[in-house]
Amino acid sequence: MATVGKAQSPRTLPPTHLTVKRRTDSEGPQKTVIQALAFYLFAAIVIASAALTITSRNPVHAVLWLILAFFNAAGLMVLVGAEFIAMLLVIVYVGAVAVLFLFVVMMLNIDFAELRAGFARYAAIGAVFAVGLAAEIMLAFGAWSAGKIELARRAAPTPDTISNIQALGMVLYTRYLFVFEGAGLVLLVAMIGAIVLTHRERSGSRKQNISRQNARRPQDATRNTQPTVGAGVEL
Amino acid sequence: MNMSLLMVLPEEILALGAIALMLVAAWGGQASTRMVSIVAVAVLVGATIALTGPASYGGDAFGGLVRGDAFGAFAKVLIFGASAIAILIAPRFFAAGRGDDLRPEYPVLILLSAAGMSMMVSAGDLLTLYVGLELQSLAAYVLASFMRRDTRSAEAGLKYFVLGALASGILLYGISLVYGFSGTTLFSSIATAYGEGRSLGLTFGLVFVFAGLAFKMSAVPFHMWTPDVYEGAPTPVTTFFASAPKVAAVALSVRVAVEAMGPATDQWRQIVIFAALASIIFGAVAAIGQTNIKRLLAYSSINNVGFVLIGLAAGTQAGVAAVLFYLTVYVVMTLGSFLIVLQMKDAAGQPVESITALAGLSRTRPGLALAMAIFMFSLAGIPPMLGFNAKVAVFQAAIVAGLYPLAVVGFVASVIGAFYYLRVVKVMYIDAPAETVEGAPLAVRTDPVEGGLIAVMAAAISPIGWLGLASLGGATMVAAKALF
Repeated sequence: MATVGKAQSPRTLPPTHLTVKRRTDSEGPQKTVIQALAFYLFAAIVIASAALTITSRNPVHAVLWLILAFFNAAGLMVLVGAEFIAMLLVIVYVGAVAVLFLFVVMMLNIDFAELRAGFARYAAIGAVFAVGLAAEIMLAFGAWSAGKIELARRAAPTPDTISNIQALGMVLYTRYLFVFEGAGLVLLVAMIGAIVLTHRERSGSRKQNISRQNARRPQDATRNTQPTVGAGVEL
Repeated sequence: MNMSLLMVLPEEILALGAIALMLVAAWGGQASTRMVSIVAVAVLVGATIALTGPASYGGDAFGGLVRGDAFGAFAKVLIFGASAIAILIAPRFFAAGRGDDLRPEYPVLILLSAAGMSMMVSAGDLLTLYVGLELQSLAAYVLASFMRRDTRSAEAGLKYFVLGALASGILLYGISLVYGFSGTTLFSSIATAYGEGRSLGLTFGLVFVFAGLAFKMSAVPFHMWTPDVYEGAPTPVTTFFASAPKVAAVALSVRVAVEAMGPATDQWRQIVIFAALASIIFGAVAAIGQTNIKRLLAYSSINNVGFVLIGLAAGTQAGVAAVLFYLTVYVVMTLGSFLIVLQMKDAAGQPVESITALAGLSRTRPGLALAMAIFMFSLAGIPPMLGFNAKVAVFQAAIVAGLYPLAVVGFVASVIGAFYYLRVVKVMYIDAPAETVEGAPLAVRTDPVEGGLIAVMAAAISPIGWLGLASLGGATMVAAKALF
């Protein structure tokens, strides 16, 4: 787990990071069983919904299965103590990315039968990729079972006494205030950019002007006339 | 914290100014363009004045996230000046253009981009580096496609965006490796980690960080986007791209190389030497066949980045001073050349970009032709012009550092490069004016502001500029000393 780094130059470390208390292993066996149960439940649902994502014929169903997979992956993250990443997963992936997927799937009329047409043709290449990925997973598993990877050192190990959301909050608006404000400016630029590039006055379009409609009086819009017979109507 | 806020005063002025002007633009609409532009230039002037304060005293702000030193202040003067000129030259270009008007967002985006560049050059932490870089790049992507009805402009923006996002990814990957293996994002602590010995992860991180930065300064092999983006973007935006972001990217690379990865000089030097040689040779050879003046200047900028990198490859204080000196001269030469490109209009007032349109310029517009000749001679590095001094400075730094082959190849390539610069001079002075266009090309009178800028820049690059050499040299030495 978190190796406590040598304190480097003192100014690199805010005071919150100096004391790191390890959590003692006093959790009873019941807790471990509950954790194991929760893990297998989340993991099984992730795998099942991921499989359904790629097999379901209806693209909208596929996206919904994907959302289920995201939710359960977030549950796994909570189990390993990364609740901040779990929240990001729900907010960013479910809240934004998956909804965007749904919009795209519903708005673009993608012919999935046509997409699947080349399956047999590209099956060989797909198999090569699948074997490669499987080999990578096995390699990664082998490396993992050989022992943990020693990164050089950590200047700021996460303290175990507070949750990692709290730890992030403590430095985000203090130590990293400057870059936080910078990130805000980046978002402002994105907003300005989207407006500049997409929102232009179109002089030719006929838009509904509600205030003008409401301000219009009946006498402005209609006129009573007494046309004489046979003279036609004045338009 | 109060001191920290004072040290980033230029960035604060730019950011708050941009936000205030954005509000003015939101309520004032199209009619406020002129006012917003004028105030934006004033904001840039204010930010430049603020540089004389704690921003250049040489200390850390926000616990090391930002460094306010003379090096950053020097680069910021160049950046703010180039940004102000990019705002000044825009109205006339868009007024004569193909239907897309200048909008008040243009100066606002330039200001935000300048704020990002300002963050970049005074970064003391990888986070500041990345956020500043993204702020600059994102504003630049929008500016590149500012003429939305022009398909080339839209193409330039899209190309810049996709390739820029890829480069950001490469850079971020490098940053994550450096962070993972050094345990910190602070430049000073990263330098400690590099000093403690060689680690494969740190070396990989270094390579990826330099690859990402090379893209931003368009050094070969990450230059592919440059000619297309420079050609497609509106000319005032191209002027901006060729000057300010280039200075910011180079200054940032120098700071990362010296402050964060100084103990690993022998590792990054190989990358910088390769990028320098490749940029110089490719920039010189590929420019020969160009017929579009903006593409020609794009290859010229690739070529010039190579010379700048020679100074960085030296890795010494004199080398960094040479980099800053070269950048100063480069910015003036490039801004001047693009200002003349802006004057190139046909009889109907539409901008033209082909080099042949310059034919016979010496007879129709002798003053303009003389200024262009000065810029071209200077870019080619021919003696009485300041471009020669700049090239001598970087070669000297390389030779003192013992990099003889680099200096020799650079010298040979600059002779090749002289060919296409001199070809422009030949077209202007020897070729007969084109007869197909009714009326002489460039019949449109030059705006007094732009004409004055061209005259001042040409004078600064010509032998008159030698008067300022001593003070400029002194300023670069002081700035370079801040890094070591």
